[in-house]
Amino acid sequence: MFAKHMLVRPLAAASAPVLAGTERDLRLDLFRGVALWLIFLDHIPENFLNWFTIRNYGFSDATEIFIFISGYTAAFVYGRAMRERGIVIASARVLRRAWQIYVAHIFLFTIFMAEIAYVAATFDNPLYAEEMNILDFLKQPDITIFQALLLKFKPVNMDVLPLYIVLLLLFPPMLWLLLWQPAFALAGSALVYVLAWNFDWNLPAYPNGVWFFNPFAWQLLFVFGAWCALGGAQRLSPVLRSPAVLAIAIGYLLFAFAITLTWYIEPLQRFVPGWLSDWMYPIDKTNLDVLRFAHFLALAAVTVRFVPRDWPLLKSPLLRPAILCGQHSLEIFCLGVFLAFAGQFIIGEWSGGPLIQAAISLLGILIMIATASLISWYKHMEGRSPGSRVKSPDADLAGGEA
Amino acid sequence: MKLNKSIAATFALGAACVTALVAAGARAAPPAEECDIPQSLVESEIDLPRVLTEIKDKHRLDITVIGTGSSGLAGSEGARYAYPARLNDALKARLSGSDIKVTAHVQPKQTTAAMVSGMGKILSDDKPALVIWQAGTADALSGVEPEDFRASLDQGVEQIQGANADVILMNMQYSPRTESMLDVSAYADVMRVVAQQRAAPLFDRLALMHYWNDEGTFDLYAATKKYDMARRVHDCIGRALASQIINAAHLDAVRIQTTR
Repeated sequence: MFAKHMLVRPLAAASAPVLAGTERDLRLDLFRGVALWLIFLDHIPENFLNWFTIRNYGFSDATEIFIFISGYTAAFVYGRAMRERGIVIASARVLRRAWQIYVAHIFLFTIFMAEIAYVAATFDNPLYAEEMNILDFLKQPDITIFQALLLKFKPVNMDVLPLYIVLLLLFPPMLWLLLWQPAFALAGSALVYVLAWNFDWNLPAYPNGVWFFNPFAWQLLFVFGAWCALGGAQRLSPVLRSPAVLAIAIGYLLFAFAITLTWYIEPLQRFVPGWLSDWMYPIDKTNLDVLRFAHFLALAAVTVRFVPRDWPLLKSPLLRPAILCGQHSLEIFCLGVFLAFAGQFIIGEWSGGPLIQAAISLLGILIMIATASLISWYKHMEGRSPGSRVKSPDADLAGGEA
Repeated sequence: MKLNKSIAATFALGAACVTALVAAGARAAPPAEECDIPQSLVESEIDLPRVLTEIKDKHRLDITVIGTGSSGLAGSEGARYAYPARLNDALKARLSGSDIKVTAHVQPKQTTAAMVSGMGKILSDDKPALVIWQAGTADALSGVEPEDFRASLDQGVEQIQGANADVILMNMQYSPRTESMLDVSAYADVMRVVAQQRAAPLFDRLALMHYWNDEGTFDLYAATKKYDMARRVHDCIGRALASQIINAAHLDAVRIQTTR
């Protein structure tokens, strides 16, 4: 009650015009769906198809898209819940979502452990005596599993969901602040980002080291997404329409592309002046390097410019598969991680050439689409398909995903 | 008739198989020397000036290898078959007339920071003209932050160059079985950057072994307890290293001049 009195009225007044357009923005689903496919492809190391994913053409990759859109949809869904039903209900929903993601993460961890145990039991080669030390953790399953439950032990490619969990756990107060004082919230988020860089803040990992995706840094992208959803995008739209901004964005994307080329074509490296590489490198993914963040912003600016909200193709059956995947992102993300394990395993075990790689990649994406359709069908059957806001208007607007 | 035909066919097939096997055996048996090494992976745009003067003026070359587990092989004869010893032999064969000495300091599980702290003593003991520094795997295994790894690597290379020695950085092994558990790419990126910034050639063991695996030169995914493949891989790494040293120091040109 206290919360309602405190918050709801001023918030409703402040953000009513902002949230008025509650028509689902299919672009979010589309790009999140595409990001999920790209993450899947990137997670199969032996795959020529991951030459086509965006990380090879610039600084940022699909993770940025995923986290930004997740922040956007979280604010979109739970922001309205907070406005309409108060801070307690909205927070409870956010936390329930965090719990679902936690369970999904532990499920994936179980599958991963099965794969590792298999490798440990079957693989031996004196050439790799050193690398096999990575399996040492199997000697202490009690500690390892406990550390996994604490989200401190995270195998390769299983870093995104723990980041997401932490971001959601801290989201209720941030959402409150975003609704109350958006500019202040965004500034606070940027401040945490800067402080994390200055004081090396990060969460500890097991057996040592820190989180691969530093939540103190990556929260900036999540909060920025949320800020955009709560009216920031409208506030930015005059900026985004300016030709100068477009020119800068395209210029920066070209610059990033040129730099990325020098990573793969060694002779080009001599064209990168020493002062530039001294300043630029390393481009840190763990702490969401400013160059990566800027690259995502440029990409987003160009995309928004050329893909309007009412873009006719968004309704076409051609893009439907990606949109479907984006609407059920948690399930499809987990499935993608699992399929990447499985695909990698098959490629390794039967030493796949490009044809096998292409087949596995394609099959994986088809399985993702089929699963998304199935989930969609279930939800439709239960009368809560995304977009049709029959009873609870928000719970599953983003396919249950925020 | 039918029976006879089938017997004849079986014989013919058997004979063909035996012939094929013999032929294959004859081809597959000896050439352990044949290593498939793409030129692009042992070329270097960065020179090794100290190596060049040592060979040209003193006809000798003292090399120190500093590395972790993957710079050695287990077993009583491990050191003899590991790449530092193979490099020694390969260089001796290719630079006949010069005195080659490769000293290996291999310590399993040493992070780069730990290697740096022991580097001063190694440099003053060995006084090498060239240091081959293999790093990265232990850091990836123990989860050292890439940024800390970069700082240590940078410090070590500075120390080596400060001791007036050339340095080649060697990155990790390509290990397809552990790839899903141990992601070395961030560390490989750091090594590439440091090598470039400090003007040190990078011996890209990761790419070379990846190439071998792709080409079927070695099946690096295979499980085995035997040492033969590991030894052949180390032999080829030693040879590839020798080629890179000769290329980077332009020693082929020297040899031609001296033989004239």
